[in-house]
Amino acid sequence: MEKLLKSFQMNEIGKVKRIEATSRIRQRLFDMGITPGTEILLKKIAPLGDPIEVRVRGYELSLRKSEAEGIIMEVGE
Amino acid sequence: MIKVALIGNPNCGKTTLFNALTGATAHVGNWPGVTIEKKEGVYKKSKEPLEIVDLPGIYSLSPYTPEEVVSRNFLIDEKPDVVINIIDATNLERNLYLTTQVLEVDIPIVVALNMMDILEKENTTIDIALLEKELGAPVVCVSALKGTGLKELADKVCEVSKTSREGKSILSFSSLKSLYQQVKEMVEKEIDMRHPIFHTVKLIEMDEIEKTTHPTLSEKVKALEQKEPLDEFEGDFGGKVADARYQYISLHFSNAIKKKEENQTLTKSDKIDKVLTHRIWGIPIFLAIMFLVFHLTFSENLFFIGAFIKEGTFDIPIIGTDAINSPGVMLQSCMEWLTSTIGDALSGWLESAPAWVSSLIVDGIWEGLSAVLSFIPQILCLFFFICILEDSGYMARVAFIMDRAFRRFGLSGKAFMPLLMCFGCAVPGIMATRTLENEKERRMTVMLTPFFSCGAKLPVWGVFAAILFAGRHGDLVVFSMYLLGIVVAIITAVILKLTALKGDPAPFIMELPAYHLPQAKNVAIHLWEKLKYYIYRAATVITGAIIVIWFLSTFSFTFKMVEDAGDSILGVISKGITWLFVPLGFGMGKDGWKFVVAAFTGLIAKEMVPATLGTFAGMDGDLVLEADNETLRGSALAALIGTLSVPAAFAFMAFNLLSVPCMAAVAAARGELQSKKKFWFTIAFWMITAYVVSLIIYWVGTYWWIGIILLAIILCAVTILIVMKKQKKMNVTFNH
Repeated sequence: MEKLLKSFQMNEIGKVKRIEATSRIRQRLFDMGITPGTEILLKKIAPLGDPIEVRVRGYELSLRKSEAEGIIMEVGE
Repeated sequence: MIKVALIGNPNCGKTTLFNALTGATAHVGNWPGVTIEKKEGVYKKSKEPLEIVDLPGIYSLSPYTPEEVVSRNFLIDEKPDVVINIIDATNLERNLYLTTQVLEVDIPIVVALNMMDILEKENTTIDIALLEKELGAPVVCVSALKGTGLKELADKVCEVSKTSREGKSILSFSSLKSLYQQVKEMVEKEIDMRHPIFHTVKLIEMDEIEKTTHPTLSEKVKALEQKEPLDEFEGDFGGKVADARYQYISLHFSNAIKKKEENQTLTKSDKIDKVLTHRIWGIPIFLAIMFLVFHLTFSENLFFIGAFIKEGTFDIPIIGTDAINSPGVMLQSCMEWLTSTIGDALSGWLESAPAWVSSLIVDGIWEGLSAVLSFIPQILCLFFFICILEDSGYMARVAFIMDRAFRRFGLSGKAFMPLLMCFGCAVPGIMATRTLENEKERRMTVMLTPFFSCGAKLPVWGVFAAILFAGRHGDLVVFSMYLLGIVVAIITAVILKLTALKGDPAPFIMELPAYHLPQAKNVAIHLWEKLKYYIYRAATVITGAIIVIWFLSTFSFTFKMVEDAGDSILGVISKGITWLFVPLGFGMGKDGWKFVVAAFTGLIAKEMVPATLGTFAGMDGDLVLEADNETLRGSALAALIGTLSVPAAFAFMAFNLLSVPCMAAVAAARGELQSKKKFWFTIAFWMITAYVVSLIIYWVGTYWWIGIILLAIILCAVTILIVMKKQKKMNVTFNH
């Protein structure tokens, strides 16, 4: 099932399916290890509701919901 | 001498390794982006000395941030003999991503595997032999923190420096293999230069720098790429190459990591993080920590027992009067005692010397210097706490917590780091803005830097707090200046966002490093650096300026010593422009020009403000007599500042807070802003903001009802703006 990373709940896990973003943000996400097939765990949402903290390739990364918008995930039923 | 480049991800222990190797004291912090410019040092313990250059931490050699460009240019243009690629063993996958890019350059490379000790605690090992085989480069285990493995690393560097190495790319093992071969042949045929593999890969990535340096070649590569089959990347070859790199890494290196058991429990870092970035408690905890930092540094009532003790119960020097001082205040009183003792000894010793000699040394140099020196303890205290927060990894979380709030003002949580550094010193703060990717955000951050009260402004607040608000509320006065700065920064940021610097906020894709205990050595190095810098400035620039000002304020235009400083060269000039500052309150009265001079010397360096006032006070005989009044602290300086009304004093402090911070900061801003127009706009912005805010403070402080009028005007303006915006929207919908 397809789901957007930004609509993930806390502790939800999924795999990246594809990324739709401007080339600058896309390249940055790729450089940080968010590529198709990567497993991402949503660890935390900041106190003010944005940004979010995810675990990817064994480390913690923070990104805004607006930047996570284009990250389309594949989750189990 | 072998030229070595040190390259690696942000926060992988690169600067710590650099310090361990060179014995230099470069600034180390636990958040991404502390190293901004490249630093150089020498390692002498190997067969041949190594000249080591510490490059900024980067994740990739793509050209999106200035750091990436600095590192890339260094590798390509400066031709280092060897590259040390430092890798954080706890985060192998992402660190190797950069390694696959560095391997494309034709330079011998040694991989330094750091933080193996942390990994071993988690019962995980890394197969070094396998790593060496797959990378085709020597790997040395080091602990940058403990300083182990450095000799082996240096010997390896000496060894490989004698060899030559051709770049290799993982693309020859990927689905892009045939495209890679074609472009490689094209590059080798058409351009004769070093690093053909590097250029080949960058051309395939459609890299912006490569596009401009080799436009015709880039067009040809583009034509080739259009023939490739379409997939989920939709022709984004930068993404395709990145994906190929990560695929290669997981395919070839996942066997190198051996976990003895699957670790499912929460790590210590996770547990700490759960509390510190809690949804409800995160922000209160942050505010409490900041309050504690200021309280421990400035309070004269550390345990809040002052309220329960009757006045005059006890008065112990250094410990406190009717309350217990904070460590910061205690250290400061020690320093004050020291400077006044030396001052007394000096004047006794110079009793028989000519008048101008004793005037120069006691009233000029020493009075000015002691004002500067007496605040060293509190500046160091503040740096101590900021350094601990930074080193532990908490600062990156603060950026995470605050990002949402900052975005409203057109900034990201990342801007929080440089701005917070400005509480220490505006110069590193301005330089740290280079970590911001967005040009507008960078410019706005530079413009806001002086509003965050730096360490050198502390003496100003300290003097005024001690004299005008004798005793108890010293910390409140200081805190109010910090708060005023933040409020002004917010308001001006909103104004800038709506006017000169319109646009979308910059991205916030940032690593959150694991928490670790701050290292005493790191903290000590950092504090020593600050102390050295401060004393150096006090000894050179500031002493020089003190002597010039003493001369200008002691002699008249006919080079005769004057009785009244008002007749001196400086006095005559200042009196000429003092009228400009009459509306701000502190330019009024017979001593007004002295404050104007002090504020102007403050533009050179803020430490100069109390120094200048001290110099003036030391020379003025009448004020010294008046100082017998017990409510003032009995010093000539107290008497001089006592001539100001409270609103005028606050206006003076606000002017110092918001105007041009110092010449060093101006130089840094000139470096970061690049264009002359933007630079002068920034200077004008600082001066105008300082003038306007001081004006408001003085008039509202003196006549409170002006505040109501002002509030009404602002409300009207906001309403008109909102109505106009709504009408515009309605017009748009009508047109549709």
